[in-house]
Amino acid sequence: MVKTQENYVAARTVDEISVNAEWCKRCGLCVAYCPKRVFDQDAFGRVIAARVADCIGCELCERLCPDLAITLLPERAVAHG
Amino acid sequence: MAVQDYIRKRFFPHIWCAGCGHGTVLNALLRSVEALGLSKDELVMVSGIGCSARISGYVDFHTLHTLHGRALAFATGVKMGRPDLKIICPLGDGDALAIGGNHFIHAARRNIDVTTIVLNNQIYGMTGGQFSPLSGCDVNATTAPYANIDPAFDTVNLATASGATFVARTTTFHVHELEKYLTRAIAHRGFSVVEVLSQCPTHFGRRNNQSDAVEMLDHFRQQTVARGAKRSRERPDLMQRGIFVEEERPEYCEQYDALVAKASAAGNGTNNGGAAS
Ligand SMILES: Cc1ncc(C[n+]2csc(CCOP(=O)(O)OP(=O)(O)O)c2C)c(N)n1
Ligand code: SF4
Ligand code: SF4
Ligand code: SF4
Repeated sequence: MVKTQENYVAARTVDEISVNAEWCKRCGLCVAYCPKRVFDQDAFGRVIAARVADCIGCELCERLCPDLAITLLPERAVAHG
Repeated sequence: MAVQDYIRKRFFPHIWCAGCGHGTVLNALLRSVEALGLSKDELVMVSGIGCSARISGYVDFHTLHTLHGRALAFATGVKMGRPDLKIICPLGDGDALAIGGNHFIHAARRNIDVTTIVLNNQIYGMTGGQFSPLSGCDVNATTAPYANIDPAFDTVNLATASGATFVARTTTFHVHELEKYLTRAIAHRGFSVVEVLSQCPTHFGRRNNQSDAVEMLDHFRQQTVARGAKRSRERPDLMQRGIFVEEERPEYCEQYDALVAKASAAGNGTNNGGAAS
């Protein structure tokens, strides 16, 4: 079941996706909702960013993660207005 | 400042269950604060008691973890003492509108400059799944084993009628919207309320045929609609998301300062023969 966010914004170039295994609780939200199916879970539920090349930089995984375990790299510079 | 610089990393991984929506609200809040370019020293988080209230332990702002239902009373005190600081109150649905309902309506009526986030998981998470005034009819809870017969408050209508000058609602599925509303709410001068439908897989999902966080977010996606969208007219049964109120009205601390200045200018009011005191 592939689900997509109604209005996600394709935003940035992502070279690498860091998943903090110490913080991740294996809830599966990133796996289920990434519009490009970038993530897999192994037999133990551990999250692997398996297809980083497919990532469109929508930032959904990074923001959905309840455990602040996902960081898209390079980190985005925030413009303060 | 990077998002991770706003948290107390030593307390991570946090205490919330796998898939708990409260973590997603924390995530969005940090990004809002970062987008506004606020420093940790100008932010105060005041929370009550509940799983939601635990947020105050994780942010590296000035923080107060107070009493169940009473966060807005403490927040009022902090804001009156230090009107220059930004105050954020994350409240659970029970915390905000059961035991804390009276504080909520009066803080809104005064239009004190506090940002209130109602983390609505429709249940008392911390104490094991009792229904709250936001559960609504037909919800199953430990205290409603044959389903709840209490209708729910509509947080948006309640906040609006009470006088809140910024009122918005979204869900933990709509993360970009969530960050945007929190940013607008924090920047707003006056009492702002952002209701966020947040998932509690452990106590709500488990009792209400929603097996995990993934399914609960799908529910938020299907059961809500953007305010003003064509679909919102076709489906009046769906809950509306959006900004419902954004207006200017005199803020409480400003009114208080103005009153103090006026009273000082008029003197102490005792008639001592016309001599200026
Ligand atoms: C004065 C008082 N009454 C009752 C409690 C017990 N209590 C602790 S948390 C809570 C409700 C939690 O539910 P909610 O506010 O919706 O937050 P959640 O845990 O779901 O995030 C209650 C009733 C308390 N701590 N203090
Ligand atoms: S959303 Fe976060 S906590 Fe959940 S599985 Fe993905 S990385 Fe882990
Ligand atoms: S940013 Fe995250 S959710 Fe979006 S495409 Fe890349 S991996 Fe998937
Ligand atoms: S009991 Fe519910 S609200 Fe509390 S941490 Fe677990 S999932 Fe979150």
